[in-house]
Amino acid sequence: MKLRWDTAVGVLLVAVFLTGLGTTDGFASRDNLAFAFNDIAEVALMALPMTLLVVAGQVDLSVASMLGLGSALTGQLWDAGWAFETIVPVVLLVGVIGGLLNGWLVTRVGLPSLAVTIGTLALYRGLASVVLGSGAITDFPETYAKWAVDTTTVPGTFLTYPVVLFIVLAAIAAVVLHATGLGRSLFAIGAQEDAAYFAGIRVKRVKLLLFVVSGLISAFAGVVFTLRYGSARADNGQGFEMLVIASVLLGGVDFDGGKGTLVGAVAGVLLIGVLKNLLTLNDVANEVQVIVTGLLLVASVLTPRLITTVSAWRHRRAAASTS
Amino acid sequence: MSVTVEKPGPGKPAAAPETTRSARSLVDAVFRAREISIAGALLLLVLFTWIAEPRFLNDQGIKDLLLNAAILVLLAVGQSVVVITRNIDLSVGSVVGLSAFACGKFVSGTDHGVLTVLLLGLLVGAGCGIVSGALVSFGRVPALVVTLGMLYIIQGVDYWWAQGQQINAADVPQPVLDLGSGSVLGVPYLPLIAFAVLAATAYVLRTYRGGRELYAIGSSPEAARLAGVPIRRRVLGAYLFSGAVSGFAGALWLARFGTVVADNAHGWELTVVSAVVVGGVAIVGGTGTVWGAALGALLLTTIGSALAVLKVDSFWQDAIAGALLLAAISVDRIVRVRMTRALRKRSAR
Repeated sequence: MKLRWDTAVGVLLVAVFLTGLGTTDGFASRDNLAFAFNDIAEVALMALPMTLLVVAGQVDLSVASMLGLGSALTGQLWDAGWAFETIVPVVLLVGVIGGLLNGWLVTRVGLPSLAVTIGTLALYRGLASVVLGSGAITDFPETYAKWAVDTTTVPGTFLTYPVVLFIVLAAIAAVVLHATGLGRSLFAIGAQEDAAYFAGIRVKRVKLLLFVVSGLISAFAGVVFTLRYGSARADNGQGFEMLVIASVLLGGVDFDGGKGTLVGAVAGVLLIGVLKNLLTLNDVANEVQVIVTGLLLVASVLTPRLITTVSAWRHRRAAASTS
Repeated sequence: MSVTVEKPGPGKPAAAPETTRSARSLVDAVFRAREISIAGALLLLVLFTWIAEPRFLNDQGIKDLLLNAAILVLLAVGQSVVVITRNIDLSVGSVVGLSAFACGKFVSGTDHGVLTVLLLGLLVGAGCGIVSGALVSFGRVPALVVTLGMLYIIQGVDYWWAQGQQINAADVPQPVLDLGSGSVLGVPYLPLIAFAVLAATAYVLRTYRGGRELYAIGSSPEAARLAGVPIRRRVLGAYLFSGAVSGFAGALWLARFGTVVADNAHGWELTVVSAVVVGGVAIVGGTGTVWGAALGALLLTTIGSALAVLKVDSFWQDAIAGALLLAAISVDRIVRVRMTRALRKRSAR
C-alpha cells in the first residue's frame, strides 16, 4: 500500500493532538482549543483559495499584503465615522479589485503569477501604509469585536466564529475542488495548461476567478484580523504569505500544480496551528517553533520522494534476486 | 509559456547584408536588450531627481547610491544564477542575517583581520547553499518549497543563537569597519567588490561551458539532460554560489553597518527576486544576464533614494516600487510578444 502524504499529515496531526492531550495540562481545555484554532484563523482562511490556486499551478504571494490593506481600510473608514455594515462591503470590493489586477496581469498580459504577485505584494502593502500611515486605530466597539475574539464561542462548543466561517468555506472549497467540473478543470490546468485549453476549458477565465476569490478572502481576513486584535495597522499580517504557502504545501499540495487535496491542505494548516500552540504551552521558544515549521516543510516534500526512491530500489533488488 | 532561448545581450552582433535590414535589426537588438531599457529608466530617474534636487548627485549622494546598492547587487547576482536554472532561492535573506551575526559574534572584541571575516561569511553562506542545493538537486523536489523551508530553519537558528542580543559597532575591529566606510580614489570599497563579483560571474556565465549549461538547464531541463549536461551538479553549483555570495554579503553587511541584530535582511528575499525579475531574468529560467539583474537592483535602491530625496512620503515607497515592478515586467512582456509577432510576419513574407 502506498502511503499518501496528505494522509500522513492527517495521522501526524492526530498524533500531535493526542500527545498534547497526554502530556500537556490545559491543552484540552475549551479556552485553549478556542484560542489555538482562532489564533490561525486568517492563515487558515487564506489557505483555502491558495490551495485552489496552487492546484491550478498558480501562486498568490500578495495575500498577506491584501490582508494589511483590508485592515488599514477598515481602521481608516471606521475612524472616519463609517458604519461597519458599509465598511465590510467596501473592503471586500477592494479585495475583488486587487484580485482582478493580479488575475488580469496573469491572464491578459501573460506574466508568471509569482512575478506578478511579488509586485502586488509590495503594491498592496504600500497602499495599506498610504491609507493608514504608521499609526494604529484601536477603538473598535465591543459589538463588532466580540465576533472575532477567542472568548466568544458558538454556544456549547469551543468553536469561535472565525473558525466556524472557516469550516463553512472549507466545506464549500472541498466540494468545488473535488466534486465539480470547475474543480476538475483546476487539476487539468495545473497538470497541463495547453491540454486543458484544447480540451475546452476556459483557462483564463478560471484563473481570473481564482485570483479574485483569493483577493476577496484575503481582504476579509483583514477585517477578521483587525477585530481579533482590536487593532488596525498597515503592517498587520506581514510575512503571512510564507506561512499560508507553507501550510498548503505541508498538506501535500504539489507546487508544480495538478496534485493535492483540500483535506490535506486543511490538515497542514491545523498541524501548524496545533503544533504552535503545543510548543508555546510547553515554553518552547518561538525561534525553535520557526525551525520546526521549516523542518516540517522540507520533510513534506522530501518524504514522498524518499518513499518512492526506496520502494523503487527495493523493487529493483527484489527483481534482481529472482532472476 | 514561451521561453526565449536566445540570450539577449548587449553587443550581440546583429549583422545582416542590407543596410535597411541591419538598421532594423539594430532597433530589434536595442529593444531585445533588456539591460538597455533598464539602464534608460535608471538614467531618466536619476536625471529627473537631479533636476529637482541637485544635491542628489553631489559626491556624497553618488557614494550613498552606490553603497545602498552594493549588497543588493551581490544578492541579485547570486539569485540570477539560480533563477537562470529555473529554480529559486528564497533563503538568501536569512543567510545574510545568519552570516552577519556569525561574523559579528566572531570578531566582536577581537582583532581578527578583514580577510578572515570575509572568509567566514563566505563559508557560512556556502554551507547554507550546499544544503539547499543538495535538497533541490538530489532530492529533486520543488525549489520554492525547499528554500522556503530553509528560510525558516536558518532564520530560526539565527534567532535562537542571537537570543535578542546585538553586535555593536564599538565591538567590531576598526579594519572591518573601514572596509565598509573606506574608499579608493573616491569610490567606496563595497560597490567595487560588488562590481568585481558581478563582472566575474557575467564572464563565467557567458564564456565557460559550465555557465552556458546553466542556461540550457533553465531553457529545457529535458533537452539539457539528453545533451549530457550534468544537471544535478550544475544546480548544486548554482545554489552553492548563491549561498556563498549571500554569506559574503552578510560579512559586508557587518562591515557597512557595524550594528547587527538577528533579523537583518529579514524579508529581503522578495526584494532580491524583484530586482532579478525587473532586470529581465525570466522566472521560468533560461534567459537573462547578471548585468540586467544588477541594474534591476540598482534601479530598485535608486527609486528608494530618489523618493527620499524628493521628499515623497515614505509611506508611498512600497506602493511605487510595486507599481514600477509590475510596469517593468508588463512592458517587457508586451514588447516581446509584439516582436515575436512582427518577426514571424516578416519571415512569412
